[in-house]
Amino acid sequence: MTYAPAPAPTAEPAPQTHPTLTLPAPFATSPDPPSLLTQGAEAIIYKISFLTPSTSCALKYRPPKPYRHPTLDKRLTKARLLAEARVLVKCRREGVRVPAVLAADWEAGWVGLEWVEGGTVRGVLDGWVHREEKEGAEGEGGKEKEMLDLMMRVGRAVGRMHEIGVCHGDLTTSNLMLRPFKKGKAKREEKDSTRDTVAPTQSSREAVRAQLAAGKGTVSAERETAMTAESTAPAPAPVTQDTQEGREKEDTAGSPTLAGDIVLIDFGLATQSSHDEDRAVDLYVLERAFAATHPAAEPLFREVLRCYGESYKGARVVLKRLEEVRMRGRKRSMLG
Amino acid sequence: MASVQTFYLPHFPSNPIYIALFKDVSNASFLRQQLLDANTEFDYAFLDATMILSSTHLLAALFRTLNDSLHNRLKSRTIHSEIVFSLSPNNNIAEAFRRFGISATTNSLIAVKISMSPPSPSNPLSIESVQSHLTRVVQGTQMVFSDETLLGLTDLERLRKVYKLDSGKVGGGGAGKKGRNGKEESVVNGMNGFEDEVDGRLEMESVILGIMALKGS
Ligand SMILES: Nc1ncnc2c1ncn2[C@@H]1O[C@H](COP(=O)(O)OP(=O)(O)OP(=O)(O)O)[C@@H](O)[C@H]1O
Ligand SMILES: [Mg+2]
Repeated sequence: MTYAPAPAPTAEPAPQTHPTLTLPAPFATSPDPPSLLTQGAEAIIYKISFLTPSTSCALKYRPPKPYRHPTLDKRLTKARLLAEARVLVKCRREGVRVPAVLAADWEAGWVGLEWVEGGTVRGVLDGWVHREEKEGAEGEGGKEKEMLDLMMRVGRAVGRMHEIGVCHGDLTTSNLMLRPFKKGKAKREEKDSTRDTVAPTQSSREAVRAQLAAGKGTVSAERETAMTAESTAPAPAPVTQDTQEGREKEDTAGSPTLAGDIVLIDFGLATQSSHDEDRAVDLYVLERAFAATHPAAEPLFREVLRCYGESYKGARVVLKRLEEVRMRGRKRSMLG
Repeated sequence: MASVQTFYLPHFPSNPIYIALFKDVSNASFLRQQLLDANTEFDYAFLDATMILSSTHLLAALFRTLNDSLHNRLKSRTIHSEIVFSLSPNNNIAEAFRRFGISATTNSLIAVKISMSPPSPSNPLSIESVQSHLTRVVQGTQMVFSDETLLGLTDLERLRKVYKLDSGKVGGGGAGKKGRNGKEESVVNGMNGFEDEVDGRLEMESVILGIMALKGS
């Protein structure tokens, strides 16, 4: 990064979507300006299109640190980026829900991750606390049950990750995302009852075709038509289907729901470990994140732990260990 | 009739990519020989279509090829041989050609040609020139290059072996008993809840892209 003098004010302000930061090649020449999502201490995250104009990707870029020796900097960047990418691929191989690694360039310092729709569990909790305060505990029995169901999914997701020998290292509620089920996809357990209602006229093969063609998108008759038309008279990038607006509309349509898959993100500090201590620390960090939300979130976290305890062999030992980690944490905060 | 299609990767607007797919190819050994002889008229990546899972799978390999080319990191002779190499899970170039490239017995063929400059009146390379050359030299039935066509061609079992997908849950379980073409069959058994073919193929694709991305690291 270089420090450029502040530009003189002009009559027409530059569009705000383009950050002053430069992206690594080849992303500097994006067709539409990429949007900057977050800029942490280590990594910058952009939302860009990747492979096809309609496929979104979270580009995690670790820019060079000017205060570090260039050789050392390159080595550290590469090591961290690869550690994260390897853990993600391991998780995907073993069926743990995390963003897929779409591409990486460890020399240039970036990794392209599958875009995860939805919001963070932190956002869900904040919304829930807000409603509780406004409406009181009464009435919302249905919502309460939905929340507990969500906690069950959180407990299981963390359990599955630990089961395959991965510890997250920064397991906060911001690093847990709730991805709504795709339209045309029911909740896994209920899918058979709802699947057919989505595309009643399509044979399963046609549905497969449309969905495959649409990447991770959804089935829609218009898109199928569009696709067929494009196949016979190919335009540039014939794999293009849905638009970004289409995706976003789909997300926000209808009432907010807590249905969806828990997807773990941000594996920058993850390790391949099966130690009870590392696992218990993951749970402890998550517990603190819940506590930081609101005291009312405590019973919710109890549900997370209960479901975690049942999620794999060895989980109960970790819960015991968590008690020790808590004690140490308390002692430390008393001394500090 | 199906024809060559032009693709552009969003970040490589100056590199039109021409892709054609042929079924029932009867002169694969002739085509392969042209590559071995480095016949300059045959500057293509000739891929065995049964080893391509989806258009995304191929586009990811094309992205890696163009990105490595941009950074002067090609590991093989030409940009077209690099496409074959990019598909491979390891650094063995000869093995990449055996697995993903055209062989004497290839029946379904994907021909890919990357142009290093945009189409223009002065550029000899165009969708028409590629189409007419391929029509002349490939003996086979041209198909639309699409996920639908690939769905009926991919050898899922072999792909799983080559990318070593059996160690994890993806493509594991009872997958070994599935038919060679994997048509209408589920890739992943029900144990993770990824129960139908779309989920199975997309899940497989996600892992394969990660493996390709990490190759050489
Ligand atoms: N694959 C993804 N798909 C969609 N959104 C993502 C994805 N990865 C990250 N994000 C968004 O960007 C935010 C920050 O990402 P991430 O947690 O990976 O980095 P970070 O916050 O910089 O790291 P840290 O949590 O250590 O500060 C997330 O909270 C999420 O909203
Ligand atoms: Mg984070």
